[in-house]
Amino acid sequence: MKSLRDLGVGRQKSEGGARLAEPNEGSLKIMKKIEAVIQPFKLDEVKEALKSIGIDGMTISDVRGHGRQKGHKEIYRGQEYNVDLLPKVKVEMVVSESRCPEVLRTLATAARTGKIGDGKIFVYEVAEAIRIRNDDRGESAL
Amino acid sequence: MRSFSPACALALLSTSVASAAAPDIESRLTAVEAAAQSAQSAGDNAWMLVSAALVLMMTGPGLALFYGGLVRRKNVLSSMMHSFILMAVVTVIWAVLGYSLAFGGSSPFIGDLHFAFLNHVGSAPNPDYAPTIPQQTFMIYQLMFAVITPALISGAYAERMKFSAMLLFTVLWTLLVYFPMAHMVWGKGGFLNAALGGRVPCFDFAGGTVVHITSGVSALVCALYLGKRLGYPNEPSKPHNMVISVIGACMLWVGWFGFNAGSALAASGLATSAFVATHFGAAAAALGWIAAEWIHTGKPSVLGGISGAVAGLVAITPASGFVQPFPALLIGLCAGVACYFMVVKVKRIFGYDDALDAFGVHGAGGTLGAILTGVFATNAVNDAFKDASGRTLPLGLVDGHGAQVLNQIVGCAIAWALAAVGTLVILKICDVVVGVRVSGEQEVEGLDLSMHGEEGYILES
Repeated sequence: MKSLRDLGVGRQKSEGGARLAEPNEGSLKIMKKIEAVIQPFKLDEVKEALKSIGIDGMTISDVRGHGRQKGHKEIYRGQEYNVDLLPKVKVEMVVSESRCPEVLRTLATAARTGKIGDGKIFVYEVAEAIRIRNDDRGESAL
Repeated sequence: MRSFSPACALALLSTSVASAAAPDIESRLTAVEAAAQSAQSAGDNAWMLVSAALVLMMTGPGLALFYGGLVRRKNVLSSMMHSFILMAVVTVIWAVLGYSLAFGGSSPFIGDLHFAFLNHVGSAPNPDYAPTIPQQTFMIYQLMFAVITPALISGAYAERMKFSAMLLFTVLWTLLVYFPMAHMVWGKGGFLNAALGGRVPCFDFAGGTVVHITSGVSALVCALYLGKRLGYPNEPSKPHNMVISVIGACMLWVGWFGFNAGSALAASGLATSAFVATHFGAAAAALGWIAAEWIHTGKPSVLGGISGAVAGLVAITPASGFVQPFPALLIGLCAGVACYFMVVKVKRIFGYDDALDAFGVHGAGGTLGAILTGVFATNAVNDAFKDASGRTLPLGLVDGHGAQVLNQIVGCAIAWALAAVGTLVILKICDVVVGVRVSGEQEVEGLDLSMHGEEGYILES
């Protein structure tokens, strides 16, 4: 949080961007954030599929969670443990609205096995994007 | 002239007999004898030094890895430290007093101070114990047993004992439990010593009573005295790294060859026999545990396999220098199945929190092995026990000497009683002096941070 303020992000909002450039036209277009929680072993396929349609920026994290998929049972020296949080991979990316349907289709196809536990995709609207290196705004920062 | 081999001596002798006259044949025979003795001594000493190193390897890294992998991530260092620090602590006690209290003098229950500060312990052999190796070799070999025994107990108090209390506990425990027990079973004139004039001759080749019953029973007392870990058994306390546990268990298996075969105290046929029995016991027990588990829960686990192997190694320890290969397989199989039910059923029924099953494996496996030694011991393997006329004595039930089983039970009972009472008294003392258990806060934080100020896995550096 502190680092954002140091970059002038907070100030820009309250003072109209005294130090940083005004938001350009592009940033008024709507961008979408796609957040997909997928099976870890599907990550490579998803990455390749997205690359093939020209998406090359994404953030990956190892997460644990569960939806409708049941967990499993582990037994250590007779002591049983029900493990309901299973390892998943979360893929996050921000794309322009126009590209969003294509990306969603590609992502879902690549990540699908057809079995319970394939995961979910969530889509959000994004208010702003900033490239830290040169202060690009909006879609040109993607 | 250590390198002077008997073959050379013989060659020398035969040429000189041919050429020279008879008068100095006596002196030449003496030279041959000395050369042969020196060769045997060199061979035995080499094996015993290797064995000593193998037994040390059982504690670190063997046991440290085995136990370290079985605790939660936040306690991995503290568990490994329990094994590691004893390599240092027990060594110092051993040098000052321990060796002497275990092997000095010839009274029934405890040694004397003849060897205190390792006085009179040099390169000359001690004919009472090991006539072909330097007494220093015997001393350092026996030390490694004194190191691993209290380290085994740490499986019971893992994840919740204060480090200061653990140090104090171990120092007192070696003095009050281990040294007396070692003297009773292995020391000259010890009450249970089968070879050197004990009242009740109890066969314990490599430490079923001295090492495994004492540590296992003490572990049970520790688990009961300290109480359960916070959240046990409802909160998960899964092993955090089974991989290092497998590595550790396999190192224990290898190290155990030094432990058991080394207990022959010579590079002899008996050492080979003990080596074979040890390996067979471990193999059968691994299968026994896995089979029981597979039938009982539907899955053969890796943890079951390595736990079974350790249980078999424990059970074969007292028997290793007395039994033939097939009885060794049988002892291992029994131990694998019995220890599985101790760990899975009995622990559940009584509800004690023996965190890493030091009692279920070492207490139960050690007792079973000690009793079965009385059944399967045979003079076909070990002919060291002779009557006054030089005839080899029958050893166990299979030799027609059923009374030996009773002797074994007496040995077990003494080990159980000494360990239980001694440990309880020592824990009381530790509780008064430093307090035995960490605070709830420290326990939740993990002993690595709260006791040692470190973390086992620093992933961001």
